Amino acid sequence: MLLSAIAHEGDRFCEKEVSILFKDLFSKKRKYATIPSERTQPTKMNDGVMTKCPNCKTIMYSRELKKYLSLCSECGHHFRMTADERIESTIDAGTFREMDVGLLSGNPLDFPEYEEKLTRDQEKTGLNEAVVTGEGKIDDYPVVLGVMDSRFRMGSMGTVVGEKISRAMLQAEKTNTPLILFSASGGARMQEGVLSLMQMAKTSVALERLNEAKIPFISIMTHPTTGGVSASFASLGDYNFAEPGALIGFAGRKVIEQTIREELPEDFQTAEFLLQHGQLDRVVHRSEMKATLVQILKIHGWSQEEGDKNESQSSI
Amino acid sequence: MSHNLPFEKPVVELQNKIDELKNFTQEKDINLESEIKHLEERLQDLESQVYDELSPWERVQIARHSERPTPLDYIDYLFTDFLELHGDRLYGDDEAIISGIARYKGRPVTVIGQQRGRNTKENIRRNFGSPHPEGYRKALRLMKQADKFGRPIICFIDTKGAFPGKAAEERGISEAIARNLVEMAALRVPTIAIVIGEGGSGGALGLGVCNHMYMLENATYSVISPEGAATILWNDASQAQQAAETMRITTPDLNAFGIIDGVIPEVRGGAHYNIEKQAAYIDQTLESSLNELLGFSSEELRNQRFEKYNQIGKIDM
Repeated sequence: MLLSAIAHEGDRFCEKEVSILFKDLFSKKRKYATIPSERTQPTKMNDGVMTKCPNCKTIMYSRELKKYLSLCSECGHHFRMTADERIESTIDAGTFREMDVGLLSGNPLDFPEYEEKLTRDQEKTGLNEAVVTGEGKIDDYPVVLGVMDSRFRMGSMGTVVGEKISRAMLQAEKTNTPLILFSASGGARMQEGVLSLMQMAKTSVALERLNEAKIPFISIMTHPTTGGVSASFASLGDYNFAEPGALIGFAGRKVIEQTIREELPEDFQTAEFLLQHGQLDRVVHRSEMKATLVQILKIHGWSQEEGDKNESQSSI
Repeated sequence: MSHNLPFEKPVVELQNKIDELKNFTQEKDINLESEIKHLEERLQDLESQVYDELSPWERVQIARHSERPTPLDYIDYLFTDFLELHGDRLYGDDEAIISGIARYKGRPVTVIGQQRGRNTKENIRRNFGSPHPEGYRKALRLMKQADKFGRPIICFIDTKGAFPGKAAEERGISEAIARNLVEMAALRVPTIAIVIGEGGSGGALGLGVCNHMYMLENATYSVISPEGAATILWNDASQAQQAAETMRITTPDLNAFGIIDGVIPEVRGGAHYNIEKQAAYIDQTLESSLNELLGFSSEELRNQRFEKYNQIGKIDM
């Protein structure tokens, strides 16, 4: 599955994983499987001890990979990060306070099998929904942070994701704190139908408040940021950044190819493609992400002290 | 009507039979009055049977009807002095969106709408009503103009979606739609949107963040087309009919979700049966909506939009 990621580590999984891998090596089925195109193939990541880079095929220890921001040691390929890993790599240790943890999706359309899918993803990821929001500090600069996690329903935006992001925006407005959002989403969540679509509007009216209050919003598009998320807040940062190689776009590649009956360039809808077409401020390597964020926070003059001052002002 | 939908067949057949009998009566001078009267009564029953409880899929078919009235059709009836204005001042003029200034009951307004073609040739020119980024940017340019001069904005929504193409992506279709959502939230003039046909996902919403939102009775509004949903759900686009029900895309559902401010009734069988009458229905709603919104201050308009969208799919906690 596209959503699989390095979920488990630890010794008790090793034996099982290794044996599966070993068996797979000799499986005939596997040998003759046809792979349509490298780009459309999901990034395969093993739950086991070793991880193979989909780009340069280097095999690395999963533990090592995680230690180095999930970057390939050889080619620098950006593996997907879970929300927790992202927060850990961005926010100063011990400063993150999660908001709205308990918000849970209902099934407003009575969509078949939706609840089961949610439960499955909750168990798989340990998350309640596809976004984690909260407050924390980056190099002592207070920020409101939202991180989407593509393992949960492909990071799709339903009512809870829309609500949490909207609340994060309003919290940033209320506390006069910069907002940073890491997007990773397949778009609006189909199972919540038009209510999902309306989350684009909901987050937009909240973002408008943030704009009016002149509070900086840094949008970082990570792999993948598509559909309704790309066509709402993710594209509207005061600063639009993306990680190298991230897929970013409105419509799916297949849909476009079928519509225009023309093969698309290899780099179509990648971060680099967007940069070239003027849609991004920068493509930022993960290893430089935190430093870049700090640089912006510094320029805006938000500091630990000022954050406190603002807070005390608003409480008077 | 030259083009009838499959589910209308019994009505059409009976109507034809009645017409035949009437002709016969005239030509052969045989009195069939009672027979005709009886059939006409049956036709009435049949019509209400067929049209009064339309299934979601039947509504989808009406919303997509090739003769369904477009913004330009309604503009003729609703407004005076319509002057179309072109171009986004950045790249080009997207004819999938029409926009301009006009008068509504004497008051200057700005009118914007997604415009399908009314025949194949026009459809090609208008890209079947699927806008590119420059369409949304043109719309935004004219909304800002309306904002500057204090003119209310009326948007007609009818699109299968923003165009999924290479050029659209290159020129930032995501950004163009996203920008409209936020800028529309900030406008200081009354904004009214009416879904007159298909409300196709983000491409529809790109003109749809407004103070009041209405839908024609048989219009649809959805996050994905029934065909798209069926492909994802059952890997089979031909199950669109089932998907149309599952996805809850028709007016009763949208009303129940609290997404729209009202349903504009349609002429029996669909707006295309009588454009003039349909325009009169729209006119009624538009007038009362605008009158209400004109009583709002610019700050109240902005707040009303915030509250309206902030409560959709609200989770209390």
